[in-house]
This record gives sequence, C-alpha cells and structure tokens, in this order.
Amino acid sequence: MNQKEQPILRVIDLKKYFPVVGGVFLKQKGWVHAVDQVSFDLHSGETLGLVGESGCGKTTLGRCIMGLYPITSGSVMFKGQDLSNLDRPSKRQMRLKMQMIFQDPFESLNQRHTVREILGEKYRIHRKKEQSLDRSLVRLLEVVGLGERALERFPHEFSGGQRQRIGIARAVSLDPDLIICDEPVSALDVSVQSQILNLLLTLQEKMGLTYLFISHDLSVVRHVSDRIAVMYLGRIVEMADRDDLFAHPLHPYTRALLSAIPAVDPLVKRKRTILTGELPSPENPPQGCRFHTRCPEVMDICKKNEPLFKRIDKAGSDHFAACHLNDRGWHF
Amino acid sequence: MNKVQPETILAVKDLVVSFTVENTTTIAVDRAGFELSRGETLGVVGESGCGKSVTALSIMGLLPQPAGRIEAGTIEFMGRDLVTLEKKKMQKIRGEKISMIFQEPMTALNPVHRVGKQINEVYRLHYPGMKPDEIGDRAAGMLAKVGIADPEKVLKAYPHQLSGGMRQRVMIAMALCAEPDILIADEPTTALDVTVQAQILELIKELQTRMSMAVILITHDLGVIAENCDNAVVMYGGQVVEKASVAMLFSNPAHPYTQGLLTSIPGLASTPKTILPTIDGMVPSLEDMPRGCRFSTRCPFVFEPCRDKAPVSLSVGPDHYAACYYLEKEQ
Repeated sequence: MNQKEQPILRVIDLKKYFPVVGGVFLKQKGWVHAVDQVSFDLHSGETLGLVGESGCGKTTLGRCIMGLYPITSGSVMFKGQDLSNLDRPSKRQMRLKMQMIFQDPFESLNQRHTVREILGEKYRIHRKKEQSLDRSLVRLLEVVGLGERALERFPHEFSGGQRQRIGIARAVSLDPDLIICDEPVSALDVSVQSQILNLLLTLQEKMGLTYLFISHDLSVVRHVSDRIAVMYLGRIVEMADRDDLFAHPLHPYTRALLSAIPAVDPLVKRKRTILTGELPSPENPPQGCRFHTRCPEVMDICKKNEPLFKRIDKAGSDHFAACHLNDRGWHF
Repeated sequence: MNKVQPETILAVKDLVVSFTVENTTTIAVDRAGFELSRGETLGVVGESGCGKSVTALSIMGLLPQPAGRIEAGTIEFMGRDLVTLEKKKMQKIRGEKISMIFQEPMTALNPVHRVGKQINEVYRLHYPGMKPDEIGDRAAGMLAKVGIADPEKVLKAYPHQLSGGMRQRVMIAMALCAEPDILIADEPTTALDVTVQAQILELIKELQTRMSMAVILITHDLGVIAENCDNAVVMYGGQVVEKASVAMLFSNPAHPYTQGLLTSIPGLASTPKTILPTIDGMVPSLEDMPRGCRFSTRCPFVFEPCRDKAPVSLSVGPDHYAACYYLEKEQ
C-alpha cells in the first residue's frame, strides 16, 4: 500500500468497554473489554477485511468507527480530522462520507416505509435539494441492479438479496468515501452471495470506495480484501496483506482459523489444527496473551506477558502480529 | 474406498410433501429420492427453501401438523415403510433408531429445565426399566463421550449457561443416548464459529465410526459436504437435481445448478477481487415455482422441454445421477 499518502481512516488505540451491572441496585460489577487498544490505518480505495469469531469485537469496532457507540478512549481520525473533537455540523458533514451496510437486510430497513422513503430519507436528513430526487433515486436503483418499479414497494416484497441491494443503495446514495460493511452477505443464500459481492466490487471500482469489510467468513474476506486483520477477544492479533496472511500466517490463532475453513474440494486433505476449548469471556480476559488458554503452542511467557502487536520484519513489508513465538526467531 | 456393497438401511422413494396454509397448498418436496447405507455419511445440500429440512422432518415423522402432509412416496427403513407406520411404532423408531439434531441448539433445548433432567428424560423413555442411579451415570458418561470435560457440572446447568458449542454437544449426546442407526444432522454447525464447527464435525465423525451409524448431514455449506461426506444429494426447489459420490460431484458436477453453485462461491482457488460467476436471479418461492424444471428460470442452458415437464433423474456416470434435459440432449 502507498504509505506516503494520508490514510483516509486512522484508528488509534481505540478502546470500548461496556459496563456490566448486576444486583438489586444495578451496581457496576465490571467491564466487558469489547475492543481493546486497536490501531490501524485504512488507505483510500483499499479494502481491509476484519475477521474473527462471534464476540471478538469486530462489529463493536465497526460501530465505534461509525460513531454509533461512544468510544471509551483512543481516537478515530477520518480524513485527518479527529471525529471526537468535531462540533455537530462538521460531524454531520463527515458522516455523509462514511456509511454502513448491515448484516440483516430484514431488520435494517424500516418495514413501514417504501423504498422511495427509505432512500429519500438520506437526502432529506442531509438537506440535499429535492428537485431531481426522483431521477437520482431511479439512477441509484439502476446502479444496484433494481428497476424503477422498486420505488413504490415495501421491503417485505423483496427477497433477501434484493433487500441487501436496497441497503447498499442507501449506503452509496450520497457518494460516500468509506463504507463499513458488517457481514453484508452472511444472511444470504449461497447463490445470491456472489451477486452481492460482485456488486460491492463493481461499486468500489466505479466510485473509488474504501471498505472496512467485517465478516466471519474467511473465504469471502479473502475474495474482497487487500489487507486482512484478525481479531481475537477485542484485539487485533495479526494484520497483513491478503496473500501474505494466507501464505504465512504468523499467529497461531490465524493458523487455526485458516485450517478450520472447510475446503470445497474433497481431494484436498489438509492437516487441521482443531482448537480446544471455547472463547473466554471478554469480561475477564486471560492474563498475558489472551489466546494462551487455547493456543496449541503456548509457552510460559505467554501466561505472564502480553505480547506486543508489532511489525515482523522478516515476514514481509507490512506484516504485524502479536505473538511471543515471533520474538524467538521461529519460522513457519 | 471400495468396500463390499453395503446394506441399504434407508431408502426414500418419490417423496412428495405438501404444505397447506390458509387454503393454499404448495409442494415443498417433489419426488425426492435417495438411499443411505449403513455407516455412510450422506450430504444433503441446497439453499433455503430447497426442501432439505422438510425431507429430514418427513423421515422423522415430525412434519408440522396439520399443515404438512406426505402426499406420495415411501420412506423405507430396514424394510418397513415409515410413511404408513402407526404412531406408536414410529415413536419407538424415532430417537431409538433414527435421531436428529437441529441447527439452533438453544431453541431445541428446553430453557426452563436443567440439562440433566432433559437427558434423563430420554433414558426414561427409551429404557423404561432403568434405575435412576444408572440413568444418572449413563447421562454423565454420554456427556463425557461427546467431549464435555466436566459432565457433572453441565448436568446441573441450564441451557442458557452453556456456550453454543457446548449446547450442540449436549444435543448430540441426547440424540445418541439410545445408540441410533441413523443420525440426521440438520445444519448442525451453521450457528457456530468456524473453530467450534471444526470441533463438532470432528466429534460427529468420531462417534459415527465408534457407533457405526449412518449420518445424513444437511447443510448449505459445500465445504462441509466436501470434507465430511461420502455421497451427496443436491436439492433445488424441492427436487433432487443431482446425486453422486462427493469426489465425483466436486470434480465433475453435471447439473447446471450444481455447476453454478460450485463456481460462484469464493474459494481458496479463486482470484481475489475479480467478478465471480453467478447464478442469475434468485430461488423462486414455493408458491410460484416454474412448471417443468424448477431451475429453468435461472438456468443458462434452458431450452424448450425444460419449461414443460420436470426432467427425470438419469444416470450420467457410475453412481452419478442428474435430472436435466440438457444432459439428456448431450448424451
């Protein structure tokens, strides 16, 4: 990636803790460390895939960047400006350029509004002129592969894939720069998934979009991403160029994830690392390395010291990982 | 690989299942058929609404009543037709000979009873004379068998206190209490994370060999089929469109739908950031299924006869069947 140019999105030490309350007086009992010290840059026009299992904090991270959750500490810089320092009008201007696509196209569209109202709302909120609204809406529907007739219909009249197209139309309507896609194809049928992925790729090329693509499906992430970040219990444990990550995963968790993808080829019999145990609770993450309770290559130091998330020189230009194994000159 | 011809324990023939809701009748499964041999793992793959779950429920005799009805066909289990079997006898087979696990273990378990009570109930049903002490021991033993480290603790827990993977293990334990001949697993890992999915599939495989049972694995995930099954059935719109060994199906798919499905999923072999081949359109709903071949509205090879009459399954290779007029023409 081009390092000289300023990143479109820069996330620095972002933390999001949710309070846990309990008892009769709803006293605070602790914190869920949903996202813990996450930093990364996203450059214009690229796609960063964010993978991890349920509960790893990937959705929370996406929502923090969008400003849907107030962040606990750290900062989100969008086009060089810190979003938390902006006043309301400038924030609104920023928001215009940052949009989100949700997983469930059934719940993210208002059932009582027609497609015209759903798509038109954006223009109203951001006070865009209404004059050519109809023409813009029709053009918008064409872009996402739906006909003009869709305008007067309600979300329930569409299939899942078409609804996701409406969600995408809504996201791209005001010509954004960055789109956060939160599991955009997970709820769709296999034969429809590829249609939506194609649409996202085409739009990216046409409109010069930057994507943060959140998904649990590694094959899908591999297909759309330039770089991939792997999250585990609120932290990014590894981040690298797509091909680099798949060819030389440096974190044992990444290796386990990669080996767990079922291959669509019965002749490929791979050595499989099956992780034992389950994801620990983010309310009480393990001491030291958060992955040490399930790591097949755990060492003594892992239980005491948390490994630093740092650039691994020997691996490639931009390969980052947080694992003690890499300090010991291990090669994989 | 090539063993002696194994004994067929389940044969579904020309099964037709209809659903009647508010006076509208739709055909959810249309002349589906397949066989299952002892010890075999058969994959049933298809998208939502293709009839794979309905087929499984028909085998179990658990179609939602009164909406669901088996209109025609037979389900032969060890020489007996389950479709016409009386209720009492069916209850004896269900759970004892054929068991089923479901996609969402949270909804399949009763949330207000402890896990122990629910497992004990299974033993009381299938082994009426068994003493409570023995039931307790057996239940704990069964949980240990499915890889639960602390069975006593889990027996006392409520379902919501367990993680998704644990709950699915409990479900598997319950399904296998009576050592059935057939386990039907309906999307057993869809609600689980990939690393847990790998654990559960490995567990099913291990128990299958140990108990020499046959498994019907229903899923929409072709990868799961490729890695875990011997043979597979592809369903579309309630019909079986292709049947083959897994090796054959993936190396040499015959039906246009199977071909489309296989090329459209992003795999480790596809080139990133390129446009994927797609199947146009979407799965038609059951109410407006096209006459003739149900895939005809989306098929790239569609021609005259496809729109008139549904094609019949024909042999396209050794133990390889597909229902498609285009293939007929090619031959």
